[in-house]
Amino acid sequence: MPSQAPSGYWIRTVRWCLTVAGIGLTLLSAQAQTVLTVAAYPAVDEIVRAAIPFWKKAHPGVDIKVVSRQLNDHHIAMTTALSTASYLPDVMALEVGYVGRFAQGGGLEDLSLSPYSIRQLQGRYVQYAFQQANSRKGAVVAAPTDIGPGTLLYRADILSRAGVSEAAMTRSWDSFVDVGAQIKARTGAYLIAHARDLKDILIRTGIQPGEGLYFDDQSRVLVRSPRFVRAFALARQLRLQKLDAKVIAWSSEWSEGFKRGTIATQLSGAWLAGHLHNWLAPNTEGLWRAAQLPEGAYASYGGTFFAIPRGTAAANKQLAWEFIQFMTLNRDMQLSAFKTQDAFPALVETHDDPFFDQEIAFLGGQKARILWREAARRATALAVHKQDAFAEEVINTELDKVLEGGKDIFIALGDAERLLTQRAKR
Amino acid sequence: MKLPALLRLSPRFAPYALLSPFVALFLLFGVFPLGFSLYLAFQTWEPTGGLRAMEFVGFDNYAFILSDEWFWKSLQNTLWLALVSGVPQHLIAIPLAYFIHSSFKRMRNAVVGAYFMPYITSTVAIAILFSSLFSTDYGLINAGLRTLSQLPIVGGLFSGNSVDWLNDPARIKPAISMLVFWRYVGFNVVLYLAALQTIPKDIYEAATMDGAGRLQQFWFITLPSLRPMIFFGVTLSVIGGLQLFEEPFILTDGRGGTDQAGMTTAIYLYRMAFDFNDFGAASAMSWLLFILVALMTWLTNRAFRSPEARSR
Repeated sequence: MPSQAPSGYWIRTVRWCLTVAGIGLTLLSAQAQTVLTVAAYPAVDEIVRAAIPFWKKAHPGVDIKVVSRQLNDHHIAMTTALSTASYLPDVMALEVGYVGRFAQGGGLEDLSLSPYSIRQLQGRYVQYAFQQANSRKGAVVAAPTDIGPGTLLYRADILSRAGVSEAAMTRSWDSFVDVGAQIKARTGAYLIAHARDLKDILIRTGIQPGEGLYFDDQSRVLVRSPRFVRAFALARQLRLQKLDAKVIAWSSEWSEGFKRGTIATQLSGAWLAGHLHNWLAPNTEGLWRAAQLPEGAYASYGGTFFAIPRGTAAANKQLAWEFIQFMTLNRDMQLSAFKTQDAFPALVETHDDPFFDQEIAFLGGQKARILWREAARRATALAVHKQDAFAEEVINTELDKVLEGGKDIFIALGDAERLLTQRAKR
Repeated sequence: MKLPALLRLSPRFAPYALLSPFVALFLLFGVFPLGFSLYLAFQTWEPTGGLRAMEFVGFDNYAFILSDEWFWKSLQNTLWLALVSGVPQHLIAIPLAYFIHSSFKRMRNAVVGAYFMPYITSTVAIAILFSSLFSTDYGLINAGLRTLSQLPIVGGLFSGNSVDWLNDPARIKPAISMLVFWRYVGFNVVLYLAALQTIPKDIYEAATMDGAGRLQQFWFITLPSLRPMIFFGVTLSVIGGLQLFEEPFILTDGRGGTDQAGMTTAIYLYRMAFDFNDFGAASAMSWLLFILVALMTWLTNRAFRSPEARSR
């Protein structure tokens, strides 16, 4: 009958399709390899993807799947995954700003224990980067893969037009500001993008052992210490003399400032030279030079780490650790990441590679990597505190009041201290 | 054609089956977050430590929030913004609705639609547009002010300088209020227009015959008849104003502005959780905000109570 024959036909077709699909899936799963999931963000995801063919040669049965998100989204996703221990990757990339917080949380595998025993490999990493991944209880939660040694990038042509030398600029922070006044007077260019940049670097100098940036290890508030007073005073002097362009980093006015040569210097990580060359100000090729930070300061701006979540399947943890060792302790992998993505290697034994002695065209042929290598050796790690993000906001607010509203520095720092003391122990 | 027995829905279970999608979604996205947030308000929790990392701390989070300077600052900001953006909405929407009701016949829907458009526009589009409108050097609003300052008579009221709407702490609040007003005035016009259409025309005719002018008719007939709708509109404005989040979030890039001038309580509790990593305190703050909103709504209710109910 017309209404019954079609249904019989369809049922047989559906059954046939399901059988074929079932056989196909079984065959596929029989050939399935172990898959390691690596969660990362640009440009770490590119570095991992470029490493996959070399990894497959050493580990043919292990596939790598890269899950990539934008920087902020990635860390929010990792926080969510860790909070419920679901959808965790086998290896997660972490940026330095988040490592401290994730370290205190206890959701990451302690690599100092066996079978990882990363402390035996400690000497192979740049020291301050290794320290950054230590939790307060002495656990090592991540391995550093790249670092951002701090440097002073400046426009050599603007300096020569103003008749000032690099040595005069980097002798001390006071001379740095004086040089800025001369640059402004003779060329009209601003010294730096924002007075806040100067404050940021100055509060990182002169930190005593056991101290963090805003709190010490007993959660006492440190914002009235001399380094803060000096930072605020110099920033205010800079602003009063109209030496900063009042533009926020990464805004369109900031990149315009570089293109037009209205900003003479930038204190940043070494990686900024690559950005300037690629898209920020390619027209200024050959005009920039790199120097160490003034007054013998050494700081770090950025860095990437690889960590293993505690909630990952136990079977994958050993493979995840081998992958991390592959990315961080393999000389070829570290150097190729440096050459293609400008990721300054955290592996010390790569630092004698001839690549470091090469001239950098964008910096007028300067062999700047030697400078940056030195800065990497001398930088120190900062202890991290849970309220650091809030403290940064409070200090920036008080700095704005000092710069814009003429508030007295000691009152401003006193107000900041009061706000921070209230929540230091949370 | 009858479905096979397995797929047929019996009348006894039909209501539950048909309601179940909504109930499931409501339980999952409405009730569960509420309950979890109430539970979390009494814990201290670092999320990267997993669910096991929660520790009971009793009322500690509430005590902390109530003694936090920034919480009171955010409440001040919220009340200021709610008042300055809310009151003009109603003061302008009522006469505007009356005007549209009495003057437009064929064009009425088009005019009302035009006023209602901001309410349904995507927040992202508004963000992009208003950020560029409020731009200090290139924005249209500053360009308009500059033009106004050059007019012959009223020019003296306006200085020709560019106003830094988004970065100056004293200016970000008016900027946010302007955005909120623009967004919701149309919604209130629609409400009041609907209410105006329920007032019988013969009352107005009787008043005209008794010699009442248009202004007197508006004051003695229209406004009292609108009272229930005003009560509804004001309640919505109170609740919405106290929970203000989107517009300040857009204009201050999620940070609350210089000197936290644009930081409402909703933004502060969001930042508390996601920027300052204190989920327990953020949950406590959200429940304190709820108590405040409930209190203000109850006060609004009392203020608008009809005379018969009051005399009881």
